[in-house]
Amino acid sequence: MAKIQETIRDLADRYGRSKESLLPILQGVYENYHALTDEAMVEVARELDISAAHVYGTATFYSFLESGKSGKYIIRLCKTITCMMHGKNLILQELEDILKVKPGQTTSDGLFTLKETNCLGQCHKGPAMLINDTPHTDLTPEKVREIINEYRIKEHMPLN
Amino acid sequence: MTRNLQRLDLIFKDEQDAEVVLAQTLARPDEDIINDLIISGLKGRGGAGFPTGLKWKLTSEAQSDEKFVICNADEGEPGTFKDREILSRVSHKVLCGMAICGRIIGARQGYIYLRGEYKFLVPELQQSIERFHELLKKHELDFKVDIFMGSGAYICGEETALFESMEGKRGEPRNKPPYPTSKGYKNKPSVVNNVETLAHTFSIFKYGPEKFRDLGVKDSRGSKVFSVSGDTPIPGIYELEFGMTLQKFVDDFGDGDAKAVQVGGASGFCVPRKKFEKTIIGYQGKLTGISLPTGGSMMIFNSSRSMYNVLHNYLDFFVEESCGQCTPCRVGTQQLLIGIEAVKRGEKSSAYLDKLLDLAETMRLTAKCGLGQSVANSFSSIVENFREEMIY
Ligand SMILES: Cc1cc2nc3c(=O)[nH]c(=O)nc-3n(C[C@H](O)[C@H](O)[C@H](O)COP(=O)(O)O)c2cc1C
Ligand code: SF4
Repeated sequence: MAKIQETIRDLADRYGRSKESLLPILQGVYENYHALTDEAMVEVARELDISAAHVYGTATFYSFLESGKSGKYIIRLCKTITCMMHGKNLILQELEDILKVKPGQTTSDGLFTLKETNCLGQCHKGPAMLINDTPHTDLTPEKVREIINEYRIKEHMPLN
Repeated sequence: MTRNLQRLDLIFKDEQDAEVVLAQTLARPDEDIINDLIISGLKGRGGAGFPTGLKWKLTSEAQSDEKFVICNADEGEPGTFKDREILSRVSHKVLCGMAICGRIIGARQGYIYLRGEYKFLVPELQQSIERFHELLKKHELDFKVDIFMGSGAYICGEETALFESMEGKRGEPRNKPPYPTSKGYKNKPSVVNNVETLAHTFSIFKYGPEKFRDLGVKDSRGSKVFSVSGDTPIPGIYELEFGMTLQKFVDDFGDGDAKAVQVGGASGFCVPRKKFEKTIIGYQGKLTGISLPTGGSMMIFNSSRSMYNVLHNYLDFFVEESCGQCTPCRVGTQQLLIGIEAVKRGEKSSAYLDKLLDLAETMRLTAKCGLGQSVANSFSSIVENFREEMIY
Protein backbone atom coordinates (compact mmCIF):
# COMPACT_ATOMS: atom_id res chain seq x y z
CA MET A 1 0.00 0.00 0.00
CA ALA A 2 2.64 2.50 -0.98
CA LYS A 3 0.07 4.74 -2.53
CA ILE A 4 -2.02 5.40 0.56
CA GLN A 5 1.15 6.26 2.48
CA GLU A 6 1.96 8.84 -0.13
CA THR A 7 -1.54 10.30 0.05
CA ILE A 8 -1.29 10.57 3.81
CA ARG A 9 2.15 12.18 3.64
CA ASP A 10 0.87 14.71 1.11
CA LEU A 11 -2.12 15.50 3.30
CA ALA A 12 0.11 15.91 6.34
CA ASP A 13 2.40 18.21 4.37
CA ARG A 14 -0.61 20.27 3.44
CA TYR A 15 -2.44 20.41 6.79
CA GLY A 16 0.47 20.03 9.18
CA ARG A 17 1.26 17.33 11.72
CA SER A 18 -0.38 18.72 14.84
CA LYS A 19 -3.37 16.96 16.34
CA GLU A 20 -5.61 19.72 14.96
CA SER A 21 -4.86 18.32 11.51
CA LEU A 22 -6.30 14.91 12.27
CA LEU A 23 -9.83 15.50 11.00
CA PRO A 24 -8.79 17.25 7.76
CA ILE A 25 -6.34 14.43 7.05
CA LEU A 26 -8.90 11.70 7.71
CA GLN A 27 -11.37 13.59 5.51
CA GLY A 28 -8.76 13.75 2.77
CA VAL A 29 -8.06 10.02 2.96
CA TYR A 30 -11.77 9.28 2.90
CA GLU A 31 -12.35 11.52 -0.07
CA ASN A 32 -9.66 9.66 -2.03
CA TYR A 33 -10.53 6.09 -1.11
CA HIS A 34 -14.12 6.18 0.21
CA ALA A 35 -12.91 4.00 3.06
CA LEU A 36 -10.82 4.40 6.19
CA THR A 37 -9.05 1.08 6.51
CA ASP A 38 -7.11 -0.04 9.56
CA GLU A 39 -3.90 0.37 7.57
CA ALA A 40 -4.80 3.95 6.71
CA MET A 41 -5.57 4.80 10.34
CA VAL A 42 -2.33 3.24 11.58
CA GLU A 43 -0.44 5.18 8.93
CA VAL A 44 -2.12 8.47 9.92
CA ALA A 45 -1.23 7.76 13.56
CA ARG A 46 2.40 7.15 12.59
CA GLU A 47 2.54 10.29 10.48
CA LEU A 48 1.12 12.49 13.27
CA ASP A 49 2.92 10.63 16.05
CA ILE A 50 -0.24 9.87 17.99
CA SER A 51 -1.73 6.55 19.04
CA ALA A 52 -3.68 4.49 16.54
CA ALA A 53 -6.36 4.10 19.18
CA HIS A 54 -6.86 7.86 19.22
CA VAL A 55 -7.18 7.96 15.44
CA TYR A 56 -9.62 5.06 15.51
CA GLY A 57 -11.65 6.62 18.33
CA THR A 58 -11.92 9.91 16.49
CA ALA A 59 -12.67 8.45 13.07
CA THR A 60 -15.45 6.16 14.28
CA PHE A 61 -17.26 9.08 15.90
CA TYR A 62 -18.11 10.75 12.60
CA SER A 63 -20.80 9.40 10.34
CA PHE A 64 -19.06 10.70 7.20
CA LEU A 65 -15.86 8.77 7.96
CA GLU A 66 -16.47 5.06 7.68
CA SER A 67 -14.07 2.18 7.80
CA GLY A 68 -15.94 0.00 5.30
CA LYS A 69 -15.43 0.50 1.59
CA SER A 70 -18.11 2.59 -0.09
CA GLY A 71 -18.86 2.96 -3.77
CA LYS A 72 -17.53 5.70 -5.99
CA TYR A 73 -20.74 7.63 -5.40
CA ILE A 74 -22.21 7.77 -1.92
CA ILE A 75 -25.90 8.56 -1.95
CA ARG A 76 -27.21 10.03 1.30
CA LEU A 77 -30.97 10.30 1.33
CA CYS A 78 -32.41 12.59 4.00
CA LYS A 79 -34.76 10.77 6.39
CA THR A 80 -35.71 13.71 8.61
CA ILE A 81 -39.37 14.51 9.11
CA THR A 82 -39.99 17.12 6.42
CA CYS A 83 -38.41 15.02 3.69
CA MET A 84 -40.38 12.09 5.07
CA MET A 85 -43.61 14.12 4.77
CA HIS A 86 -42.84 14.90 1.17
CA GLY A 87 -42.40 11.36 -0.02
CA LYS A 88 -38.93 10.23 1.04
CA ASN A 89 -40.07 6.61 1.27
CA LEU A 90 -41.12 6.60 -2.38
CA ILE A 91 -37.69 7.90 -3.30
CA LEU A 92 -36.01 5.24 -1.20
CA GLN A 93 -38.09 2.56 -2.88
CA GLU A 94 -37.14 3.89 -6.29
CA LEU A 95 -33.44 3.95 -5.39
CA GLU A 96 -33.64 0.42 -4.01
CA ASP A 97 -35.35 -0.72 -7.21
CA ILE A 98 -32.93 0.79 -9.67
CA LEU A 99 -29.76 0.13 -7.68
CA LYS A 100 -30.88 -3.27 -6.35
CA VAL A 101 -29.44 -2.53 -2.94
CA LYS A 102 -30.74 -1.71 0.53
CA PRO A 103 -29.50 1.20 2.66
CA GLY A 104 -25.95 0.47 3.79
CA GLN A 105 -25.14 -1.61 0.71
CA THR A 106 -23.05 -0.97 -2.39
CA THR A 107 -24.00 -1.90 -5.95
CA SER A 108 -22.20 -4.90 -7.41
CA ASP A 109 -20.37 -2.67 -9.91
CA GLY A 110 -18.96 -0.66 -7.01
CA LEU A 111 -20.47 2.54 -8.30
CA PHE A 112 -23.12 3.48 -5.74
CA THR A 113 -23.52 3.13 -2.00
CA LEU A 114 -26.98 3.89 -0.64
CA LYS A 115 -27.35 5.47 2.78
CA GLU A 116 -29.93 7.32 4.78
CA THR A 117 -28.89 10.37 6.73
CA ASN A 118 -30.18 13.06 9.06
CA CYS A 119 -31.30 16.52 8.00
CA LEU A 120 -29.35 17.84 5.00
CA GLY A 121 -30.57 21.40 5.44
CA GLN A 122 -32.67 21.29 2.27
CA CYS A 123 -36.04 20.95 4.00
CA HIS A 124 -37.80 23.50 1.80
CA LYS A 125 -36.92 21.41 -1.25
CA GLY A 126 -37.50 17.92 0.07
CA PRO A 127 -37.14 15.10 -0.58
CA ALA A 128 -33.41 15.68 -0.86
CA MET A 129 -30.24 13.65 -1.17
CA LEU A 130 -26.52 14.19 -1.51
CA ILE A 131 -24.48 12.28 -4.07
CA ASN A 132 -20.98 12.67 -2.72
CA ASP A 133 -20.97 16.46 -2.09
CA THR A 134 -23.68 17.47 -4.55
CA PRO A 135 -27.23 18.08 -3.31
CA HIS A 136 -30.18 16.95 -5.41
CA THR A 137 -33.54 18.34 -4.31
CA ASP A 138 -37.28 18.28 -5.05
CA LEU A 139 -36.88 14.61 -5.89
CA THR A 140 -39.52 12.54 -7.64
CA PRO A 141 -39.10 8.91 -8.67
CA GLU A 142 -38.69 10.00 -12.32
CA LYS A 143 -36.10 12.59 -11.40
CA VAL A 144 -34.16 10.05 -9.35
CA ARG A 145 -34.03 7.67 -12.33
CA GLU A 146 -32.67 10.45 -14.52
CA ILE A 147 -30.06 11.51 -11.98
CA ILE A 148 -28.76 7.99 -11.44
CA ASN A 149 -28.65 7.38 -15.15
CA GLU A 150 -26.65 10.57 -15.67
CA TYR A 151 -24.04 9.30 -13.23
CA ARG A 152 -24.01 5.96 -15.00
CA ILE A 153 -23.56 7.59 -18.39
CA LYS A 154 -20.69 9.59 -16.98
CA GLU A 155 -19.13 6.28 -15.95
CA HIS A 156 -19.96 4.68 -19.32
CA MET A 157 -22.35 2.31 -17.61
CA PRO A 158 -25.81 3.39 -18.77
CA LEU A 159 -28.68 1.24 -17.64
CA ASN A 160 -29.66 0.12 -21.16
CA MET B 1 -53.26 34.68 1.15
CA THR B 2 -53.22 37.01 4.13
CA ARG B 3 -50.03 38.83 4.83
CA ASN B 4 -49.88 39.70 8.51
CA LEU B 5 -46.17 39.78 8.87
CA GLN B 6 -43.85 42.23 7.29
CA ARG B 7 -41.09 40.56 5.33
CA LEU B 8 -37.80 42.27 6.06
CA ASP B 9 -34.77 42.53 3.87
CA LEU B 10 -31.80 43.38 6.04
CA ILE B 11 -29.67 40.27 6.04
CA PHE B 12 -29.85 39.38 2.37
CA LYS B 13 -29.69 42.90 0.98
CA ASP B 14 -26.30 43.32 -0.65
CA GLU B 15 -25.33 46.90 -1.41
CA GLN B 16 -21.75 46.02 -2.29
CA ASP B 17 -20.52 48.14 0.57
CA ALA B 18 -18.55 45.59 2.59
CA GLU B 19 -15.38 47.63 2.26
CA VAL B 20 -17.00 50.91 3.31
CA VAL B 21 -18.66 49.34 6.33
CA LEU B 22 -15.47 47.52 7.28
CA ALA B 23 -13.35 50.68 7.01
CA GLN B 24 -15.85 52.80 8.96
CA THR B 25 -16.09 50.24 11.71
CA LEU B 26 -12.34 49.69 11.93
CA ALA B 27 -11.95 53.44 12.42
CA ARG B 28 -13.98 53.32 15.63
CA PRO B 29 -12.68 52.41 19.10
CA ASP B 30 -13.41 48.87 20.33
CA GLU B 31 -15.50 50.08 23.28
CA ASP B 32 -17.86 51.99 20.99
CA ILE B 33 -18.46 48.98 18.79
CA ILE B 34 -19.13 46.73 21.78
CA ASN B 35 -21.46 49.35 23.21
CA ASP B 36 -23.40 49.45 19.97
CA LEU B 37 -23.79 45.70 20.01
CA ILE B 38 -25.01 45.79 23.59
CA ILE B 39 -27.44 48.64 22.90
CA SER B 40 -28.75 46.87 19.81
CA GLY B 41 -29.95 43.99 21.99
CA LEU B 42 -28.53 41.40 19.59
CA LYS B 43 -28.66 37.89 21.01
CA GLY B 44 -27.13 34.75 19.57
CA ARG B 45 -29.13 33.16 16.78
CA GLY B 46 -27.69 29.67 17.26
CA GLY B 47 -30.32 28.74 19.81
CA ALA B 48 -29.05 29.73 23.26
CA GLY B 49 -29.60 33.45 22.88
CA PHE B 50 -26.58 34.81 24.72
CA PRO B 51 -26.09 38.60 24.27
CA THR B 52 -23.46 38.98 21.54
CA GLY B 53 -21.95 42.25 22.75
CA LEU B 54 -21.35 40.79 26.18
CA LYS B 55 -19.74 37.67 24.71
CA TRP B 56 -17.27 39.78 22.74
CA LYS B 57 -16.61 41.99 25.76
CA LEU B 58 -15.87 39.04 28.07
CA THR B 59 -13.54 37.50 25.53
CA SER B 60 -11.76 40.80 24.94
CA GLU B 61 -11.09 41.04 28.67
CA ALA B 62 -9.65 37.53 28.94
CA GLN B 63 -5.85 37.50 29.14
CA SER B 64 -4.13 35.26 26.64
CA ASP B 65 -1.41 35.18 24.02
CA GLU B 66 -3.80 33.67 21.51
CA LYS B 67 -7.54 33.91 20.88
CA PHE B 68 -9.95 32.70 18.23
CA VAL B 69 -13.14 33.70 16.46
CA ILE B 70 -15.24 30.79 15.30
CA CYS B 71 -18.27 30.97 13.08
CA ASN B 72 -20.58 28.08 13.84
CA ALA B 73 -21.90 26.82 10.50
CA ASP B 74 -22.71 23.32 11.67
CA GLU B 75 -26.44 23.94 11.18
CA GLY B 76 -27.64 20.44 11.96
CA GLU B 77 -30.93 21.13 13.69
CA PRO B 78 -33.71 19.43 11.69
CA GLY B 79 -35.66 22.00 9.74
CA THR B 80 -32.95 24.68 9.68
CA PHE B 81 -31.33 25.83 6.45
CA LYS B 82 -30.95 29.59 6.85
CA ASP B 83 -27.21 29.58 7.62
CA ARG B 84 -26.57 27.83 4.33
CA GLU B 85 -28.46 30.56 2.51
CA ILE B 86 -26.66 33.34 4.38
CA LEU B 87 -23.26 31.82 3.61
CA SER B 88 -24.07 31.35 -0.04
CA ARG B 89 -25.54 34.82 -0.57
CA VAL B 90 -23.87 37.26 1.84
CA SER B 91 -20.80 35.54 3.25
CA HIS B 92 -18.93 38.86 3.20
CA LYS B 93 -21.18 40.10 6.01
CA VAL B 94 -20.28 37.10 8.13
CA LEU B 95 -16.57 37.56 7.38
CA CYS B 96 -16.80 41.24 8.24
CA GLY B 97 -18.37 40.37 11.60
CA MET B 98 -15.61 37.86 12.26
CA ALA B 99 -12.84 40.32 11.41
CA ILE B 100 -14.23 43.10 13.59
CA CYS B 101 -14.68 40.60 16.41
CA GLY B 102 -11.07 39.51 15.86
CA ARG B 103 -9.81 43.04 16.21
CA ILE B 104 -11.83 43.67 19.34
CA ILE B 105 -10.92 40.50 21.22
CA GLY B 106 -7.37 40.35 19.87
CA ALA B 107 -7.60 37.27 17.64
CA ARG B 108 -5.63 36.85 14.44
CA GLN B 109 -7.24 33.62 13.37
CA GLY B 110 -10.85 32.84 12.57
CA TYR B 111 -12.48 29.58 11.52
CA ILE B 112 -15.74 28.72 9.87
CA TYR B 113 -16.81 25.30 11.13
CA LEU B 114 -18.85 24.10 8.17
CA ARG B 115 -20.92 20.94 8.32
CA GLY B 116 -19.86 18.18 5.93
CA GLU B 117 -23.29 18.28 4.28
CA TYR B 118 -22.48 21.80 3.03
CA LYS B 119 -19.19 20.95 1.39
CA PHE B 120 -20.62 22.04 -1.94
CA LEU B 121 -20.48 25.61 -0.62
CA VAL B 122 -16.69 25.53 -0.24
CA PRO B 123 -15.47 26.71 -3.67
CA GLU B 124 -17.50 29.93 -3.58
CA LEU B 125 -16.96 30.48 0.10
CA GLN B 126 -13.23 30.06 -0.35
CA GLN B 127 -13.23 32.67 -3.11
CA SER B 128 -15.17 35.04 -0.93
CA ILE B 129 -12.65 34.49 1.88
CA GLU B 130 -9.75 35.23 -0.47
CA ARG B 131 -11.36 38.44 -1.69
CA PHE B 132 -11.94 39.38 1.93
CA HIS B 133 -8.31 38.68 2.85
CA GLU B 134 -7.28 41.18 0.15
CA LEU B 135 -9.57 43.75 1.73
CA LEU B 136 -8.08 43.11 5.16
CA LYS B 137 -4.58 43.49 3.79
CA LYS B 138 -5.53 46.84 2.32
CA HIS B 139 -6.85 47.99 5.67
CA GLU B 140 -3.90 46.50 7.49
CA LEU B 141 -5.82 44.15 9.73
CA ASP B 142 -3.88 41.03 10.67
CA PHE B 143 -6.69 38.48 10.55
CA LYS B 144 -7.18 35.29 8.61
CA VAL B 145 -10.14 32.96 8.15
CA ASP B 146 -9.97 29.24 7.36
CA ILE B 147 -12.73 26.75 6.76
CA PHE B 148 -12.81 23.70 9.00
CA MET B 149 -15.04 20.91 7.72
CA GLY B 150 -17.27 18.83 9.95
CA SER B 151 -17.95 15.19 9.15
CA GLY B 152 -21.59 14.46 9.81
CA ALA B 153 -22.14 14.86 13.55
CA TYR B 154 -24.95 17.09 14.81
CA ILE B 155 -23.43 17.33 18.29
CA CYS B 156 -20.41 19.21 16.89
CA GLY B 157 -22.66 22.27 16.65
CA GLU B 158 -22.51 22.42 20.46
CA GLU B 159 -19.67 24.85 20.95
CA THR B 160 -17.43 22.77 23.22
CA ALA B 161 -17.93 19.64 21.10
CA LEU B 162 -16.96 21.83 18.16
CA PHE B 163 -13.64 22.67 19.87
CA GLU B 164 -12.98 18.99 20.55
CA SER B 165 -13.69 18.18 16.93
CA MET B 166 -11.32 20.91 15.72
CA GLU B 167 -8.68 19.55 18.07
CA GLY B 168 -8.80 16.17 16.35
CA LYS B 169 -11.00 14.40 18.87
CA ARG B 170 -14.42 12.85 19.15
CA GLY B 171 -17.05 15.57 19.27
CA GLU B 172 -17.90 15.11 22.93
CA PRO B 173 -19.09 18.22 24.80
CA ARG B 174 -17.00 19.48 27.70
CA ASN B 175 -18.20 20.50 31.12
CA LYS B 176 -19.15 24.16 31.42
CA PRO B 177 -17.72 26.22 33.07
CA PRO B 178 -15.10 27.03 31.94
CA TYR B 179 -16.90 28.88 29.17
CA PRO B 180 -15.43 29.43 25.71
CA THR B 181 -14.90 33.12 26.52
CA SER B 182 -12.06 32.00 28.83
CA LYS B 183 -11.18 28.49 27.58
CA GLY B 184 -12.31 27.53 24.11
CA TYR B 185 -10.44 26.18 21.10
CA LYS B 186 -7.02 24.89 22.25
CA ASN B 187 -8.10 26.11 25.68
CA LYS B 188 -7.71 29.71 24.51
CA PRO B 189 -10.43 32.38 24.86
CA SER B 190 -12.75 32.02 21.89
CA VAL B 191 -15.87 33.66 20.54
CA VAL B 192 -18.23 31.20 18.92
CA ASN B 193 -21.07 32.81 17.03
CA ASN B 194 -23.75 31.50 14.77
CA VAL B 195 -23.60 32.48 11.07
CA GLU B 196 -26.72 34.61 11.35
CA THR B 197 -25.52 36.37 14.49
CA LEU B 198 -22.37 37.48 12.69
CA ALA B 199 -24.37 38.66 9.67
CA HIS B 200 -26.55 40.77 11.99
CA THR B 201 -23.48 42.46 13.45
CA PHE B 202 -22.81 43.79 9.94
CA SER B 203 -26.27 45.41 9.86
CA ILE B 204 -25.59 46.96 13.25
CA PHE B 205 -22.21 48.33 12.13
CA LYS B 206 -23.86 49.70 9.03
CA TYR B 207 -27.12 51.17 10.27
CA GLY B 208 -26.31 51.70 13.93
CA PRO B 209 -27.90 49.95 16.90
CA GLU B 210 -31.17 51.94 16.93
CA LYS B 211 -32.50 50.63 13.67
CA PHE B 212 -31.91 47.07 14.85
CA ARG B 213 -33.36 47.74 18.26
CA ASP B 214 -36.48 49.25 16.76
CA LEU B 215 -37.35 45.88 15.33
CA GLY B 216 -38.83 43.18 17.51
CA VAL B 217 -40.11 43.36 21.06
CA LYS B 218 -38.69 43.70 24.54
CA ASP B 219 -35.87 41.20 25.16
CA SER B 220 -36.04 40.00 21.57
CA ARG B 221 -34.64 42.68 19.36
CA GLY B 222 -34.06 42.77 15.68
CA SER B 223 -35.10 40.51 12.88
CA LYS B 224 -34.71 36.79 12.63
CA VAL B 225 -34.27 34.50 9.68
CA PHE B 226 -36.77 31.65 9.76
CA SER B 227 -36.54 28.37 7.90
CA VAL B 228 -40.11 27.39 7.06
CA SER B 229 -40.92 23.83 6.02
CA GLY B 230 -43.48 21.09 6.31
CA ASP B 231 -47.13 21.63 5.34
CA THR B 232 -46.81 25.05 3.80
CA PRO B 233 -47.45 26.23 0.26
CA ILE B 234 -44.45 28.53 0.50
CA PRO B 235 -41.50 26.73 2.13
CA GLY B 236 -38.30 28.74 2.28
CA ILE B 237 -36.32 31.33 4.15
CA TYR B 238 -37.96 34.44 5.52
CA GLU B 239 -36.63 37.33 7.54
CA LEU B 240 -39.29 38.43 10.00
CA GLU B 241 -39.56 40.59 13.07
CA PHE B 242 -39.38 38.98 16.50
CA GLY B 243 -42.51 39.09 18.63
CA MET B 244 -45.10 37.65 16.26
CA THR B 245 -47.75 35.28 17.53
CA LEU B 246 -47.72 31.80 16.14
CA GLN B 247 -51.27 32.41 14.92
CA LYS B 248 -50.12 35.23 12.65
CA PHE B 249 -47.27 33.07 11.45
CA VAL B 250 -49.57 30.18 10.61
CA ASP B 251 -52.06 32.49 8.89
CA ASP B 252 -49.28 33.58 6.57
CA PHE B 253 -47.43 30.35 6.08
CA GLY B 254 -49.78 27.46 6.86
CA ASP B 255 -51.92 25.60 4.36
CA GLY B 256 -55.13 26.51 6.22
CA ASP B 257 -55.17 23.25 8.14
CA ALA B 258 -52.20 23.52 10.52
CA LYS B 259 -52.64 21.47 13.66
CA ALA B 260 -49.19 22.01 15.15
CA VAL B 261 -45.95 23.88 14.64
CA GLN B 262 -42.61 22.59 15.82
CA VAL B 263 -40.64 25.67 16.82
CA GLY B 264 -36.87 25.29 17.02
CA GLY B 265 -36.43 21.89 15.44
CA ALA B 266 -36.22 18.48 17.08
CA SER B 267 -34.79 20.11 20.21
CA GLY B 268 -37.51 22.76 20.21
CA PHE B 269 -41.16 22.79 21.22
CA CYS B 270 -44.33 21.55 19.59
CA VAL B 271 -47.22 24.01 19.81
CA PRO B 272 -50.75 22.74 19.12
CA ARG B 273 -53.37 24.82 17.31
CA LYS B 274 -55.18 25.90 20.48
CA LYS B 275 -52.04 27.63 21.70
CA PHE B 276 -51.13 29.46 18.48
CA GLU B 277 -52.73 32.71 19.63
CA LYS B 278 -50.93 32.79 22.97
CA THR B 279 -47.50 31.80 21.72
CA ILE B 280 -45.02 34.47 20.80
CA ILE B 281 -41.80 33.89 18.93
CA GLY B 282 -38.92 35.47 20.80
CA TYR B 283 -36.47 34.80 23.58
CA GLN B 284 -37.70 34.13 27.11
CA GLY B 285 -38.48 37.43 28.71
CA LYS B 286 -41.34 39.37 30.15
CA LEU B 287 -43.69 38.82 27.28
CA THR B 288 -47.32 38.09 27.75
CA GLY B 289 -48.16 34.50 27.05
CA ILE B 290 -45.61 31.84 26.29
CA SER B 291 -42.56 32.93 24.41
CA LEU B 292 -40.33 30.57 22.52
CA PRO B 293 -36.74 31.10 21.55
CA THR B 294 -35.82 29.58 18.29
CA GLY B 295 -32.87 28.88 16.06
CA GLY B 296 -35.36 29.61 13.31
CA SER B 297 -36.66 26.16 12.40
CA MET B 298 -40.43 26.27 11.85
CA MET B 299 -42.00 22.99 10.80
CA ILE B 300 -45.72 23.08 10.13
CA PHE B 301 -47.87 19.96 10.42
CA ASN B 302 -51.44 19.75 9.13
CA SER B 303 -54.21 17.53 10.40
CA SER B 304 -53.26 14.66 8.09
CA ARG B 305 -50.00 14.12 9.98
CA SER B 306 -49.42 11.64 12.76
CA MET B 307 -47.69 13.34 15.67
CA TYR B 308 -46.54 9.90 16.78
CA ASN B 309 -44.55 9.63 13.56
CA VAL B 310 -43.15 13.09 14.12
CA LEU B 311 -41.99 12.26 17.64
CA HIS B 312 -40.64 8.90 16.50
CA ASN B 313 -38.60 10.65 13.82
CA TYR B 314 -37.15 13.12 16.34
CA LEU B 315 -36.27 10.35 18.80
CA ASP B 316 -34.57 8.37 16.04
CA PHE B 317 -32.54 11.48 15.38
CA PHE B 318 -31.52 11.91 19.03
CA VAL B 319 -30.64 8.25 19.47
CA GLU B 320 -28.29 8.52 16.50
CA GLU B 321 -26.83 11.89 17.34
CA SER B 322 -26.32 11.50 21.10
CA CYS B 323 -22.56 11.45 21.57
CA GLY B 324 -23.00 8.66 24.10
CA GLN B 325 -20.81 10.29 26.69
CA CYS B 326 -23.33 10.54 29.52
CA THR B 327 -25.80 7.91 30.66
CA PRO B 328 -29.00 9.98 30.98
CA CYS B 329 -28.84 10.94 27.33
CA ARG B 330 -27.36 7.77 25.83
CA VAL B 331 -29.77 5.43 27.60
CA GLY B 332 -32.60 7.92 28.00
CA THR B 333 -33.03 8.64 24.30
CA GLN B 334 -33.14 4.90 23.56
CA GLN B 335 -35.62 4.20 26.34
CA LEU B 336 -37.95 6.99 25.22
CA LEU B 337 -37.99 5.53 21.73
CA ILE B 338 -38.53 1.95 22.89
CA GLY B 339 -41.15 3.26 25.33
CA ILE B 340 -43.39 5.04 22.83
CA GLU B 341 -43.16 2.04 20.50
CA ALA B 342 -44.31 -0.24 23.32
CA VAL B 343 -47.24 2.04 24.16
CA LYS B 344 -48.24 2.22 20.50
CA ARG B 345 -48.20 -1.57 20.18
CA GLY B 346 -50.31 -1.84 23.32
CA GLU B 347 -47.60 -3.68 25.25
CA LYS B 348 -47.52 -0.91 27.81
CA SER B 349 -50.51 0.95 29.21
CA SER B 350 -51.02 4.62 28.49
CA ALA B 351 -49.95 5.42 32.07
CA TYR B 352 -46.47 4.42 30.99
CA LEU B 353 -46.32 7.68 29.06
CA ASP B 354 -46.18 9.49 32.41
CA LYS B 355 -43.14 7.46 33.37
CA LEU B 356 -41.54 8.47 30.09
CA LEU B 357 -42.37 12.11 30.77
CA ASP B 358 -40.59 11.77 34.11
CA LEU B 359 -37.61 10.25 32.37
CA ALA B 360 -37.46 13.13 29.91
CA GLU B 361 -37.55 15.62 32.80
CA THR B 362 -34.75 13.70 34.53
CA MET B 363 -32.72 14.00 31.36
CA ARG B 364 -33.32 17.74 31.33
CA LEU B 365 -31.80 17.95 34.82
CA THR B 366 -28.98 15.45 34.53
CA ALA B 367 -27.70 15.34 30.94
CA LYS B 368 -24.34 16.92 30.37
CA CYS B 369 -25.13 19.14 27.42
CA GLY B 370 -27.93 20.85 25.56
CA LEU B 371 -28.67 17.85 23.38
CA GLY B 372 -29.72 15.54 26.20
CA GLN B 373 -31.27 18.40 28.14
CA SER B 374 -33.53 19.51 25.33
CA VAL B 375 -34.95 16.13 24.31
CA ALA B 376 -37.66 16.83 26.89
CA ASN B 377 -38.73 19.94 24.95
CA SER B 378 -40.14 18.09 22.00
CA PHE B 379 -40.93 14.89 23.90
CA SER B 380 -43.06 16.51 26.59
CA SER B 381 -44.73 19.04 24.33
CA ILE B 382 -45.76 16.38 21.81
CA VAL B 383 -46.81 13.73 24.34
CA GLU B 384 -48.75 16.19 26.49
CA ASN B 385 -50.57 17.86 23.62
CA PHE B 386 -51.18 14.79 21.46
CA ARG B 387 -51.52 12.03 23.99
CA GLU B 388 -54.25 10.15 22.11
CA GLU B 389 -52.11 9.98 19.02
CA MET B 390 -49.37 8.30 21.03
CA ILE B 391 -51.76 5.58 22.17
CA TYR B 392 -54.13 4.83 19.29
C1 LIG C 1 -26.76 19.87 20.46
C2 LIG C 1 -26.47 21.28 20.10
C3 LIG C 1 -26.28 21.62 18.76
C4 LIG C 1 -26.01 22.93 18.39
N1 LIG C 1 -25.86 23.21 17.07
C5 LIG C 1 -25.61 24.49 16.69
C6 LIG C 1 -25.43 24.82 15.33
O1 LIG C 1 -25.51 23.96 14.44
N2 LIG C 1 -25.18 26.11 15.00
C7 LIG C 1 -25.07 27.08 15.95
O2 LIG C 1 -24.82 28.23 15.61
N3 LIG C 1 -25.23 26.81 17.26
C8 LIG C 1 -25.48 25.54 17.65
N4 LIG C 1 -25.61 25.25 18.99
C9 LIG C 1 -25.42 26.34 19.96
C10 LIG C 1 -23.93 26.55 20.24
O3 LIG C 1 -23.52 25.71 21.30
C11 LIG C 1 -23.64 28.00 20.64
O4 LIG C 1 -24.47 28.35 21.68
C12 LIG C 1 -23.81 28.99 19.52
O5 LIG C 1 -23.10 28.61 18.38
C13 LIG C 1 -23.34 30.35 19.97
O6 LIG C 1 -23.53 31.31 18.96
P1 LIG C 1 -24.61 32.48 19.12
O7 LIG C 1 -24.40 33.10 20.45
O8 LIG C 1 -24.31 33.38 17.99
O9 LIG C 1 -25.95 31.83 19.00
C14 LIG C 1 -25.90 23.94 19.37
C15 LIG C 1 -26.09 23.60 20.71
C16 LIG C 1 -26.36 22.29 21.08
C17 LIG C 1 -26.56 21.97 22.51
S1 SF4 D 1 -26.26 15.01 26.76
FE1 SF4 D 1 -26.03 13.53 25.10
S2 SF4 D 1 -24.89 14.60 23.53
FE2 SF4 D 1 -24.65 15.77 25.44
S3 SF4 D 1 -22.80 14.99 26.41
FE3 SF4 D 1 -24.47 13.74 27.22
S4 SF4 D 1 -24.56 11.97 25.80
FE4 SF4 D 1 -23.37 13.55 24.79
